[in-house]
Amino acid sequence: MGKNIIEKIWDTHVVHHEEGKPDLLYIDLHLIHEVTSPQAFEGLRLAGRKVRRPDLCFATMDHNVPTKNLPTINDPIAKKQITTLADNAKEFGIQLADIGHPDQGIVHVIGPELGLTQPGKTIVCGDSHTSTHGAFGALAFGIGTSEVEHVLSTQTLWQNKPKTMEIRVNGKLGVGVAAKDIILAIIAKWGIGVGTGHIVEFTGEAIRSLTMEERMTICNMSIEAGAKAGLISPDETTVDFIKGRRFAPKDEKFEEASNYWLSLASDSDATYDVVLEIDADEIEPIVTWGTNPSMGTGVSKTVPTAADYESESDKHALRKALEYMGLEEGQPIESIDIQHVFIGSCTNSRLSDLRTAATIVKGKKLHPGVRGIVVPGSWSTKKAAEEEGLDQIFLEAGFEWRESGCSACLGMNEDTIPSGERCASTSNRNFEGRQGAGARTHLVSPAMAAAAAIEGHFVDVRKYVKQAQEV
Amino acid sequence: MEPINKVTSVITPLDRKNVDTDQIISKEFLKRIERTGFGKYLFYHWRFDEKGNENADFVLNKPEYKGSQILVAQDNFGCGSSREHAPWAILDYGFRVVIAPSFADIFHNNCFKNGILPIKLTEAQCDEILAKGMKTPYSVDVNLQDQTVTGEDGKVYSFNIDPYYKEMLLNGWDEISLTFKYEEQIAQYEAKRIAF
Repeated sequence: MGKNIIEKIWDTHVVHHEEGKPDLLYIDLHLIHEVTSPQAFEGLRLAGRKVRRPDLCFATMDHNVPTKNLPTINDPIAKKQITTLADNAKEFGIQLADIGHPDQGIVHVIGPELGLTQPGKTIVCGDSHTSTHGAFGALAFGIGTSEVEHVLSTQTLWQNKPKTMEIRVNGKLGVGVAAKDIILAIIAKWGIGVGTGHIVEFTGEAIRSLTMEERMTICNMSIEAGAKAGLISPDETTVDFIKGRRFAPKDEKFEEASNYWLSLASDSDATYDVVLEIDADEIEPIVTWGTNPSMGTGVSKTVPTAADYESESDKHALRKALEYMGLEEGQPIESIDIQHVFIGSCTNSRLSDLRTAATIVKGKKLHPGVRGIVVPGSWSTKKAAEEEGLDQIFLEAGFEWRESGCSACLGMNEDTIPSGERCASTSNRNFEGRQGAGARTHLVSPAMAAAAAIEGHFVDVRKYVKQAQEV
Repeated sequence: MEPINKVTSVITPLDRKNVDTDQIISKEFLKRIERTGFGKYLFYHWRFDEKGNENADFVLNKPEYKGSQILVAQDNFGCGSSREHAPWAILDYGFRVVIAPSFADIFHNNCFKNGILPIKLTEAQCDEILAKGMKTPYSVDVNLQDQTVTGEDGKVYSFNIDPYYKEMLLNGWDEISLTFKYEEQIAQYEAKRIAF
């Protein structure tokens, strides 16, 4: 019987296997950022331990960093956290892309950009969106700070082998429908706990035809379906993306590596513990209306009503969410006015995301009363966008063009949404208070966010795309 | 970490599903570089209003649950962000046990590293315990060795737990010290590891 990619990667990383225990797994790449690492380094110091493989670690600053007026950091506690990582990287000999460094950016954007992210690797980071790297056919998952410390000192982790799940996306995606809509539709259909205890492989025609950046968007949000990790088998698209990047193997080594990478793809007769299927052509642009990522629906639809749910607890959850969001049951999605637009985050801040949004806003103006910020995912993404003139398109439309970082996805820096105000956001979480205390977040694709910025409320971006095609 | 075996306490009924780690510990409190002192920020935006006054309706603010060491919630507790500040806040506030029908994976792992016992009971059992605890203060004995939760009314709920993590919690072991015993195997693996 064939093996799926999850089993292949797992099996090649087991350092120690023993009945009744988790497996001891080797970790190939450890990404580090300033928020979830200080206590881990402190733990090493207190115990007199070293970093076992500093060469397999890579650190950057992203969660806390201001996206304007750099290098000034006004918040002294944030500043302390940032200098702590710089000191730790120096003390333990770890490569760091510090603020102002041309490699700096959101950790899940720079890993792939630099070619650190490669198929077949086990990749961890003290950040739940580490699942992003699964787009390359890597086994990548988020860990807590104690596990960060464990990886720093041993380069391994004790892990129970999760179950496997295939989510097959059949058919072709409609024009104006994005990778973001696929993953939001999956989460809306099966819920935020569907992947708990599982590693998900995304398969099917619609997935195969996606670019690497689109695949990253899908895998990024597999944690929002509760999955331990999400990944996509490598193919020529994957290999082409990696070729020539700084940390990618070169010349003959690259040929050898790419043959190995392609051999990791799931065998045609591979099986999974669970298989789910969805048709791409039934997916329309999605807007979330509630306080977790499963609370979303098509832009042409309405906010659900209590009658749509069977259990009392679901009805209760709906009412609680709508109370927080300031929405009415049955309200059309297109009638929801917005005051803020955030284009950024490890989900949707890559060059193709910025290009898509720029295409929509080109020659138009932000709707009066709407404030928009664009936060490229990395310093090099920003540079590339500027070379294409995307910054000018956004600035002329009235957006702010910022430095890279996590920014308003979680609002750890100054980029927050005021209480009671509404944001069309290309990020990944719409939890209560995520973008600021009392802030109301609607998750959408970059194209949908851009269209909402122009109209002042949600609109079906497919109309825009059709207009553009007719012109 | 502190070993854990028996805990007897009134339960704190948090009748919500999908409690995410952003609610457990909000982002404005993640900038500290210590592991301790997060308890006062636990569930901050549910506990306090915008002026910093206590919300009398929120369960943690009700006097009958003060000093409780056992939190009971609904499905998918701890979903979202990997922040270990969430279990640090729970522990620092005084909870040693969290009972729910299911936990998000990263949060679940994080509990074991901090001497917090996460107990999975069925949805029906959690509903029952929550209902009792919301009506009047309801005390239970948790026994990790026996894998039981025994209510003051004599009702016994048994639970399963991974034997590896049970051992870790009962002994309060430092996992890194244990892993160092496999150093030779790690070195052997490194010698033949596939890397490009």
